[in-house]
Amino acid sequence: MNDPHPIAPADKRVVVQRHRLSTRLWHWLSALAVFVMLMSGMMIFNAHPRLYWGQYGANFDPAWLELPQFPGWATIPSSYDLAGARRWHLAFAWVLGASLVAYLLWSLLNGHLRRDIVPRGEELRPRHLWQDLKDHARLRFPTGADAVRYNTLQKLSYFAVILVLLPLLILSGLAMSPAMDAAWPWLLDLFMGRQSARSVHFICAALIAGFIVVHLTAVLLSGPVNEIRSMITGRFRLPRERAR
Amino acid sequence: MIDRRQLILASGSALLLSGCDRLNGNPAFRQVLRSAEGLTMRAQRLVTDRTALAREYSEADMSPIFRSNGTRLPDTPDYARHLAERFTNYRLRVDGLVTKPLSLSLEQIRALPVRTQVTRHDCVEGWSAIGKWHGVPLGLLLKGAGLSSRARFVVFHCMDRLGGRPYYESIDLVDAFHPQTILAWGMNNRALEVPHGAPLRLRVERQLGYKHAKFVERIEAVESLAGIHGGRGGYWEDSGDYEWYAGI
Repeated sequence: MNDPHPIAPADKRVVVQRHRLSTRLWHWLSALAVFVMLMSGMMIFNAHPRLYWGQYGANFDPAWLELPQFPGWATIPSSYDLAGARRWHLAFAWVLGASLVAYLLWSLLNGHLRRDIVPRGEELRPRHLWQDLKDHARLRFPTGADAVRYNTLQKLSYFAVILVLLPLLILSGLAMSPAMDAAWPWLLDLFMGRQSARSVHFICAALIAGFIVVHLTAVLLSGPVNEIRSMITGRFRLPRERAR
Repeated sequence: MIDRRQLILASGSALLLSGCDRLNGNPAFRQVLRSAEGLTMRAQRLVTDRTALAREYSEADMSPIFRSNGTRLPDTPDYARHLAERFTNYRLRVDGLVTKPLSLSLEQIRALPVRTQVTRHDCVEGWSAIGKWHGVPLGLLLKGAGLSSRARFVVFHCMDRLGGRPYYESIDLVDAFHPQTILAWGMNNRALEVPHGAPLRLRVERQLGYKHAKFVERIEAVESLAGIHGGRGGYWEDSGDYEWYAGI
């Protein structure tokens, strides 16, 4: 997200360059990878749909969560195929992981993280957060120049996804790998066991799925054509100022 | 309106899914997905010390019940006979690219140096169980047999059959000479039980459960895995497209 650089001021509404190329590339690569990971992940989960806390956990041990299998329309492949799902999952894990690392490094260097993602001190004051929450509840989306910046709840949710959930998903995924546990034993200590890591992996995936629902809803409600175009070409038409 | 939206959503997801299934069955695309296996193995080997040990746990960490899976009782007449004879006529053969092929009785194997380790068994399905294993380091047997410098893989031929085909597995020499890679004849302070692979099973602690071949009767050193059964290095690798490198 850049500072607004008016491109067509003659028109009644200003068009700005909203998302830089690195953000757009990362967004679509991650969108693809996350969908594949979620759907193939549900197929992998179907092989043993029980979750445990601790170092071990199998059929005779108490599970904290036991679910019915996910239906075929939600999984990749659509009928039971653990080996196939692992092929998809472990290939797209490279796409997700590599693009996240590249994006994070790039965004750290060009200031995107500091400027646009990490909330500023005053934004985290309760009064400001409450106002932001009320605006969201009333579906009052920012207009004019305010629409160029992410609002606080937006910043917080992107912060949570990019800097908390995705890193946790990658680390807990690695903690399920017996070879990685030998190479980096701290992975097991971090999650307090492989089965705990598997549980954390599932919980973070569920939170990502929840984020996608809210994210897509917000896109639909705030002008889907303008929003989607801004993530493809970078150009964003500022919403008209609202009478205050 | 809602009906139409639902229809669009449903047909959209059906299209997407049938597209994924078609890609899943497309050999070229499948090959792209498969290339991740080599990448993962090389990346993991890059960050892993060759001899980095899998975590060893205390007895207090052991699973109260260690479930079995795969073949629980091989259904061949040969195995039934061995079982009835309490494996007294069982022999482990070590052959292939070795200078001194071995044929060892269970008694001889148990007399060799023992390694005991409490380790975690991770099934590809997702569950884990912790148990205690007693066995002879595989590297000792391979050195004893005089492994040829041409050998690149070690193949484990098993006494059980699944779907009419013999179970087998293979590992490379990095894992074969790893200190925790043992041929276990004991588990949890007792002789190895049949569901866990009696009389002898492989433990290769940095890989998933299906690599831990049970009911092993022959160890063959080879240069290439091509030409052995389906050619992909293991029963599940041949029949289900599971990864040969199961470190993840």
